[in-house]
Amino acid sequence: MEQLNQAIIDLLSGNEIFTANTLDIYWEGLVNTVHLVFVSLLIGILLAVPLAILRGSRFAIIKWPIWCYTYVFRATPLLIQLYLAYYGFAFVPGVRDTWIWFFVEEPIYPALFAFTLNTAAYTTEIFHGAIKSTPRGEVEAARAYGMSRALTIRRIVLPSAFRRALPAYGNEVIFMLHASAIASVVTIMDLTGAAYYVYARFYAPFTAFIFVALLYMVLSFGIQAIFRGLERWLLAHLRPAG
Amino acid sequence: MKRIVTAALFGASLTLAVGAHAQGRDYQSIRIGVDVPYEPMEYRNPDGSLTGFDIELGDALCERAELECEWVVQAWDGIIPGLLSRRFDAIMSSMTINEERRQQVLFSEPYISPPSAWFAPSSEGFTSADAQTLKGKTIGVQRGTLQDNYVTDLYGSDAQIRRYATADDLVIDMSAGRIDIAFLDFPIGKTTMLDADQGDYVVVGDMIDEPKEYFGDGFGIAFRPRDEALAERFNQALAEVREDGTYQSLYDKYFGVEE
Repeated sequence: MEQLNQAIIDLLSGNEIFTANTLDIYWEGLVNTVHLVFVSLLIGILLAVPLAILRGSRFAIIKWPIWCYTYVFRATPLLIQLYLAYYGFAFVPGVRDTWIWFFVEEPIYPALFAFTLNTAAYTTEIFHGAIKSTPRGEVEAARAYGMSRALTIRRIVLPSAFRRALPAYGNEVIFMLHASAIASVVTIMDLTGAAYYVYARFYAPFTAFIFVALLYMVLSFGIQAIFRGLERWLLAHLRPAG
Repeated sequence: MKRIVTAALFGASLTLAVGAHAQGRDYQSIRIGVDVPYEPMEYRNPDGSLTGFDIELGDALCERAELECEWVVQAWDGIIPGLLSRRFDAIMSSMTINEERRQQVLFSEPYISPPSAWFAPSSEGFTSADAQTLKGKTIGVQRGTLQDNYVTDLYGSDAQIRRYATADDLVIDMSAGRIDIAFLDFPIGKTTMLDADQGDYVVVGDMIDEPKEYFGDGFGIAFRPRDEALAERFNQALAEVREDGTYQSLYDKYFGVEE
């Protein structure tokens, strides 16, 4: 007990670990993690919406390639995809003499590439499921009003599908935040990388990792709050009246 | 884990019980604990016998000290408890001398400070590796090692540092051209880069083992605290092999750079 008290006192007062220098490393990690997750989610969702619509196409030539893509990316670990993007591309013969090398040399681009394709695959399936479960009646009513296929999708199918997909998509965003912890294996100084650095430098695993776990928790709670707000707003019609 | 704690407690109580009058025995033969493999310090020959810098130096020291020595293989996390509970009488297993361990065991004089060194593809044409030369370059290190600390503090503001989980990842990225130069434990760099035939690599500049605040006191042989006489015999033997060139020839065998 006395030891525990002493540990807490050391932690709060002039400790050796949380110096300005260390906090700066954590800050850099936070910026990198948020940057990485935000950009890949943004591009991911922009890719996923058209893919989800086309995934429900009647034409096999459109439908099956998309199915293949989502299947492959959901069936393999993100870590393997990241290794392939980072180490794989670097060894394509001749790649170092082309403009592509600019994107392969820095670890951030291969990581964004892998993360984006991964989240786009999951998001495509989430949206596709939501689109498929659109009540037939809504579509038929739209057609009865004389809306074209495109107008029906834009006005009727997508808004209601997006509402239905929202809770599942919120989970995907949080999964993505947590999955981004593997970015440190390709030398990106993300939150986990920062924690690992502090751990190895001060031999203080509990301090380093608990602190970073708290940072992840704060980020997760923030994301949850945003999605709860969105759900309250977009799903207002589903709440019990009064 | 529980077993280790029990063993440690048992060892400690034994020490208390006997320690009052025991000055340490006068040994004729001892057993030495070692954790394998840790190439090139200790590992096995294809036929299963032990070899490596620690093993060969340890055998040479035993011969000098006129002791019969037997090696006992013990996993790292149980190696100090094993010493204290008398499973063996010394540890010679690349153990870095530090304060935490000094609380529990008695160290010999350091017998080696494994140096660190800069490694780069020969095509880069580096002739030295000071902060000025490496301005704007990308340096690779193993994350959380003493080399990482050294580079971060001395080069962090001028050069970009990439930190890798393993030396293998680092070497792959160097062959892909993502990093210009690496700072590694010399034995590791020698095994993974100079001897590996993966590309044309050279050591840039001198071996580095100063300042001590980064690179530590080196490796020592550990004994039970009351075996001061035994530690003294080993220190004596160490001084002798350093004197007569045995040490140097072993050092060259394991850590020499072939020109």
